[in-house]
Amino acid sequence: MEYLFLILKVIIFIGLAPLLSGIITRIKNNLRFRKGPGIWQPYFNLFKLFRKDEVVSEQASWIFRSAPYIVFAATLTALMLVPALTAWPLPIFTGDFLTIIFLLSLGRFFLALAGLDPAATFGGMGSSREMFIASFVEPVVILAIFAVSLTAETTNLAIIAAFKAMHPATVLAAGALLLVTLAETSRIPIDNQETHLELTMIHEALILEYSGRSLGLLELAAYMKQILFFSLISLIVFPGWNDLASFLLKWLALGVIVAVVEISLAKMRLFRAVDWLSFAGILAIMAIMTLILGV
Amino acid sequence: MLKIPFSFVFDPLSIFFLIIIIAISISSFIYSWGYLQGHYSTAKIILGQILFVLFVFSMIAVVTAGNIFLFLIVWEIMSLVSYFLVIFDTENKKSIEAGTIYMVMTQVGTAFLLMAFLLMYRAAGSFDFNAIHAALITMSAKQKNIIFLLLLAGFGTKAGIVPLHIWLPIAHPQASSHVSSLMSGVMIKTAVYGLIRFGIIILGVNSLWWGELIVVLACVSCLVGVIYALMENDIKTLLAYSSVENMGIILLGIGSAMIFIKLGFTVLAVLAMCAGLYHLINHAIFKGLLFLGAGSVYRATGTRNIERMGGLIQKLPWTSIYFLIGSMAISALPPLNGFVSEWLILIVFFLGALAITGGLKLFFCLAAGALALTSGLTAACFVKAFGLPFLGRARSAKAENAKEVPWSMNLGAGLLALLTILLSLGAVYTVRFLVGVSGFVLAVNTSQINFSLNRFILSPQIGGTINLSTPILALILLLAGSGAFILFYLLYGKARVVIGQTWDCGYYKLTSRNEYTATGFSKPFRLAFSFFLLPFRKVTKIKESRYHVKSFSYETKTTKVFREYLYKTILGGAFGVSRNMRGLQLGSIHIYLGYICLTLLLLIIFVGKF
Repeated sequence: MEYLFLILKVIIFIGLAPLLSGIITRIKNNLRFRKGPGIWQPYFNLFKLFRKDEVVSEQASWIFRSAPYIVFAATLTALMLVPALTAWPLPIFTGDFLTIIFLLSLGRFFLALAGLDPAATFGGMGSSREMFIASFVEPVVILAIFAVSLTAETTNLAIIAAFKAMHPATVLAAGALLLVTLAETSRIPIDNQETHLELTMIHEALILEYSGRSLGLLELAAYMKQILFFSLISLIVFPGWNDLASFLLKWLALGVIVAVVEISLAKMRLFRAVDWLSFAGILAIMAIMTLILGV
Repeated sequence: MLKIPFSFVFDPLSIFFLIIIIAISISSFIYSWGYLQGHYSTAKIILGQILFVLFVFSMIAVVTAGNIFLFLIVWEIMSLVSYFLVIFDTENKKSIEAGTIYMVMTQVGTAFLLMAFLLMYRAAGSFDFNAIHAALITMSAKQKNIIFLLLLAGFGTKAGIVPLHIWLPIAHPQASSHVSSLMSGVMIKTAVYGLIRFGIIILGVNSLWWGELIVVLACVSCLVGVIYALMENDIKTLLAYSSVENMGIILLGIGSAMIFIKLGFTVLAVLAMCAGLYHLINHAIFKGLLFLGAGSVYRATGTRNIERMGGLIQKLPWTSIYFLIGSMAISALPPLNGFVSEWLILIVFFLGALAITGGLKLFFCLAAGALALTSGLTAACFVKAFGLPFLGRARSAKAENAKEVPWSMNLGAGLLALLTILLSLGAVYTVRFLVGVSGFVLAVNTSQINFSLNRFILSPQIGGTINLSTPILALILLLAGSGAFILFYLLYGKARVVIGQTWDCGYYKLTSRNEYTATGFSKPFRLAFSFFLLPFRKVTKIKESRYHVKSFSYETKTTKVFREYLYKTILGGAFGVSRNMRGLQLGSIHIYLGYICLTLLLLIIFVGKF
């Protein structure tokens, strides 16, 4: 029964992930007085891509072919470990909060290799930049996780989610995670999903050589990663509210925040991203400091 | 007359290291036949193999020696034999140079050890481990501190802790690859053995700052090692720098075990020691594997520069799989073993931060942050180390004509790849074994300590809720990946794939010159860490006329701060002193006799005083 519920939960997550992106785009366009596509557009894109033929470079090896499946599998497994949408804590026996971060880096590792595989300049550029950003994201996330886990006294997310009290440390840590989320979901000010400008793109450069089914799978994985980060932040800031209705609200609220941030900031230079992430790191350290000082 | 007993120890700690030495040695030995064949004369191959076997036996002797006198002798034999293996390519001038630096640094390290051992001997009046342990209990804290610092400097040199690491990235790449795999995989671990044997078991952790010092040094080693590794384009030097980093990770575990044992958290101390030793065995195996892989690449292409490789996944399919497994493990990707040990160390830091209040809480959190930064940078480093040589287009004619290496080389590397996977899936069994070893080291009764729920699930917090299961993770990953594949097949049929060219912006056919380079790949990191790397950059334009640039030359290099500032200063000082001492050399035998008398007098005063 519990396993059935777990699978159902993952299906709900995957089903809603593109919608979240569609809604954020919609909000952004409304705020900018633009017409823009409807909120269902990501689904149309995905189903179109799934049906299409693929063009694969003659240089590409099995790494390029298998990377989308590995990225998808890693993101799906990470999503499985997020104890959202449950009234009772699920038996999360396979991994904890830290495991989620390492699973995401498994996907990223293969994506970066796949960027180098077709011997194009853009792919290499993307993979270098992606790994650059990711290596600064990792310590921030770990510090934020530590701050949250220290308040709940465990790194098991199910317990953290059921932990009712809100704490200054968790709020600060969630702030750090929000800054990181913008980098991880390739949004302004770190990256920009809407452009294919050679000199600035990071994530889009990585997947430039992909088409058809593989591209669809990678995009779906990116949507899933976004909903995963949103869920983590929601779990941390408002623990205890774990049913579907409150989750929809929390996702929407975060979507509005992200949309507003995106339209009000300009994209940073690549090397300024370090400053952005250091700021997030300082927030996370402050979260730990509040615990030490016993605020 | 001194009586030197030939005693040996076979306790859990020795047996643990014996297992590692034997596992890596067997694989390297199988590998070496294919590697040496046809590149050296038969006589030289036999000489090389004799040295190799001697090297292995000396390492076995180091971890089983039962008294400090014997230990010091076999320690020196190990250094000497490995020196000969480093300079094996005697016609290569670089090898000789590397060998000299290695020899000097090793001797400096041994000098520190000698001092520590003499102090121990003076206190105990015996060379035997147990006798010394008994005698040291009553020693004053000040003297213990001195011995600890001497041991740390001595073994730290061998372990390659920053700033004593400079010989490691010079000497390891110069040896033959199967020897490098043994040096990086096993030899530097004997320093950890020494630190545990003498620092923890015999000396006993006396002050809190011992562990703290080791953790701080380990954090520095981690970060410095991985940043240098990222900058490197020589594949074997890259791996050597990454060894510096991984020694740091191992010492993070061991240092925190020392902190916990001093504070009285025995279960946590056992867990920390377990995590450190787990990473030790992991690193021995995957670094051995990666060095063997790098050796295969070197044999196939004739170069170690990754800028001149590319596309090797087509030419060396087996080697590429081994190298990928090694790269994934070292980048701490689940479900492989590097992930398990780094996760365990993070959990140790977490539980430490949970148990302790005040400054140490922040200390552990920051150490976790440093480890996370290291692991992120390592992943970037190994995307470079695997991606640039193996993927993309061949960047030179040599890489174009590369051929798969002989089967003996693949077999040797394959064994280690298999061990990597076994250690990943059998995490629970490994930890159960290591709990015994850690309990022995820390003198803790471990019969009640169990860090697992069943045969698949690790649970490092006893009675807690933190769980990890690599076999289940591997299964879910496999199911999810193949599930997506099958679902697509059922819904949309077989993927219709058209093979085309890489997108070239519509200009002309791309060549390998259009690919991203290794130097380009590490450029963002070079800029982000410019405060430490002090990069130097020079662009020269060769102009045909005022308006047309014929060609560019671009030159960049980073400054090795420790070599440039620390060691150059020391060497400069030493040369300066030597120059000034020249004044004493007057060439008259009477004056020299006078010097001898004076020295004797000073020594007599010294002995009388102390």
